[in-house]
Amino acid sequence: MWDYSDKVKDHFLHPRNVGEVENPDAIGEVGSLACGDALRLTLKLDENQRIKEIKFQTFGCASAIASSSALTEIAKGKTLEEAEKISNQDLADFLGGLPEEKMHCSVMGKEALDAAIANFRGEKMVKGEFEIVCKCFGVTDREIERVARDNRLTTLEQVTDFTKAGGGCQACHPKIKEILAGLWQILPEEPAEKNLPGGKKLTNLQKIRLIEETLEREILPPIRSDGGDLELVDIDGNTIYVALRGNCSFCPQSQFTLKNFVEAKLREFVSSDLVVEEVKP
Amino acid sequence: MKTVYLDNNATTRTAPEVVDAMLPFFSDLYGNASSMHRFGGQVGRHLARAREQVAALIGAHPAEIVFTSCGTESNNAAIMGTLYSYPAKRHIVTCRTEHPAVMNVGHHLQSRGYRVTELGVDGKGNLDLEELRAALCDDTALVSIMAANNETGVLFPVDRIAAITRERGIPFHTDAVQAVGKIPLNMAGNAIDLLSLSGHKLHAPKGIGALYIRKGTRFSPYMIGGHQEGGRRGGTENVPYIVGLGRAAELAADRLEDENTRVKELRDRLENQLLARIPNTLVNGNRERRLPNTTNLSFEYIEGESILMLLDEEGICASSGSACTSGSLQPSHVLRAMGVPFTAAHGSVRFSLSIYNDVADVDHVIHVMPSIIERIRDMSPFWKDFQAGKPMSSFFTGGDAEHHLHG
Repeated sequence: MWDYSDKVKDHFLHPRNVGEVENPDAIGEVGSLACGDALRLTLKLDENQRIKEIKFQTFGCASAIASSSALTEIAKGKTLEEAEKISNQDLADFLGGLPEEKMHCSVMGKEALDAAIANFRGEKMVKGEFEIVCKCFGVTDREIERVARDNRLTTLEQVTDFTKAGGGCQACHPKIKEILAGLWQILPEEPAEKNLPGGKKLTNLQKIRLIEETLEREILPPIRSDGGDLELVDIDGNTIYVALRGNCSFCPQSQFTLKNFVEAKLREFVSSDLVVEEVKP
Repeated sequence: MKTVYLDNNATTRTAPEVVDAMLPFFSDLYGNASSMHRFGGQVGRHLARAREQVAALIGAHPAEIVFTSCGTESNNAAIMGTLYSYPAKRHIVTCRTEHPAVMNVGHHLQSRGYRVTELGVDGKGNLDLEELRAALCDDTALVSIMAANNETGVLFPVDRIAAITRERGIPFHTDAVQAVGKIPLNMAGNAIDLLSLSGHKLHAPKGIGALYIRKGTRFSPYMIGGHQEGGRRGGTENVPYIVGLGRAAELAADRLEDENTRVKELRDRLENQLLARIPNTLVNGNRERRLPNTTNLSFEYIEGESILMLLDEEGICASSGSACTSGSLQPSHVLRAMGVPFTAAHGSVRFSLSIYNDVADVDHVIHVMPSIIERIRDMSPFWKDFQAGKPMSSFFTGGDAEHHLHG
């Protein structure tokens, strides 16, 4: 059972401003059914451009509903410029704190408000300005950076708690670590290759064994837990040929997994010049 | 407020008769059965009696029962104890809907170089026996498939699986933690080699379990120590709890009929009434082959944790397979393996009954549930769109990331 504050319980049991504003000036929608939480925010401004009316509809857990309710209470009466400055931490503070694993609920509230403001101003997100890092939950590099900066997040686990990124197939974990490293100027972990005794080059036999070990230990367990599988077909020089099985064979994201997870892991644990290629049946 | 406890697949109330049976072993009869004096030695016959009681519940011989600390230990011991006995074999077969106490043992073995085949299930949670046959090979050391699923109550055809594995000479273990005490099991009439059971699922306390090991089955101890349990599990016997499990097994045997008639009727009443009163409600799992006490329902377009919180306000205890309650960010692995659609996977609620429930308990849920669901759906944008007949275009429903961005 989550340790929710009395204020969270109150805003869940008696949510403020539920519904949809008629003829809204702005709509903000974030999240999805697949992700397990989503929020639609509608609002209307008065003649002084202050938020006169603001309502929410939320699909999600108790803290997602409470965060939405808190958001509407905080934002009401503010100008858009003032509303823009509301942070996810403001929402969490208003509610007397949220469990760490539920901080993404406050982030969702903040994002819905940002989306509504952007909608009012007629701004659209332009393709190419961002990269989707977490494919499971559709989280972009921009969001991870922004949330990590605003909340001073330094670890992968924190990023998952706050944005959900990395909470699914785990393929994006290296990328999230890279973003954090770039943000806080932390040096990435030393590649395993440099830690080999005396920096010796691997023999072919050692390399094959190490590839097999890495597959079994690091790569296959998360893939198999998602119902997929991967078979090592051949190794030719630095090119590793694999075949995708199970769910992977028809998963639209399998190419992404292959490059950003399988290849990244093999480079990390075996040798940085490896290339992974898929063999089609 | 009265507590209506409908979460018996999570844990059960310890039967008062069980508590009474245990108490003397905390005070007067505290001896060690292995001692050479009569004071300790007298405890031995109580252990023997408990072993007979547990064996009787599943149609086994008392010598085939090994007491453990819990269901998880039984599962670990069954899997590791078998693998130790077949050191040359490096393949095991399990299923995608196993409890973590089997599934994560499999994942652990994978990281140690074992090959693990996780069999899939269909939309109703059923296994394909042909797929099982095809997965078996000369390298297979063990097949481990649950007897009943903890989330949906779906029963697996363990007798038929055992027949298939026996034919191939491969040991078969079943995690029967949810099945023992709820449905009849007779080890004399099947070919199951190893079976795990847990005390706190059948009105004994937490902290006691047992592993059935068929006579003649190869098994190396997992818990290594003294000669207790016929050399199959080291550690001083947990006498009060073993006596408690024995008494609980005896009670369960007596109450099996009540469980499969009255409790089953209560479950059906609850399920049918909720289906009739609440639109867009689905049953997860095969309704024809299920535990008598379990129903797993999905209420579309809403999320399970909020349902549980409002049920809690009414004193009703249930559980959910939603992401927010699973401790991960994804809904239950069981519902995902069954391919339950996302409109329903997050809004699942499991009610699991016991012999301590009555019709008033069930009717309380039937009475409050429609307004709880309505209250949460009134807040859900997806429900509003569904009601308005709008396509869910504004929100991404799976597959296409472009519509679904946290920017």
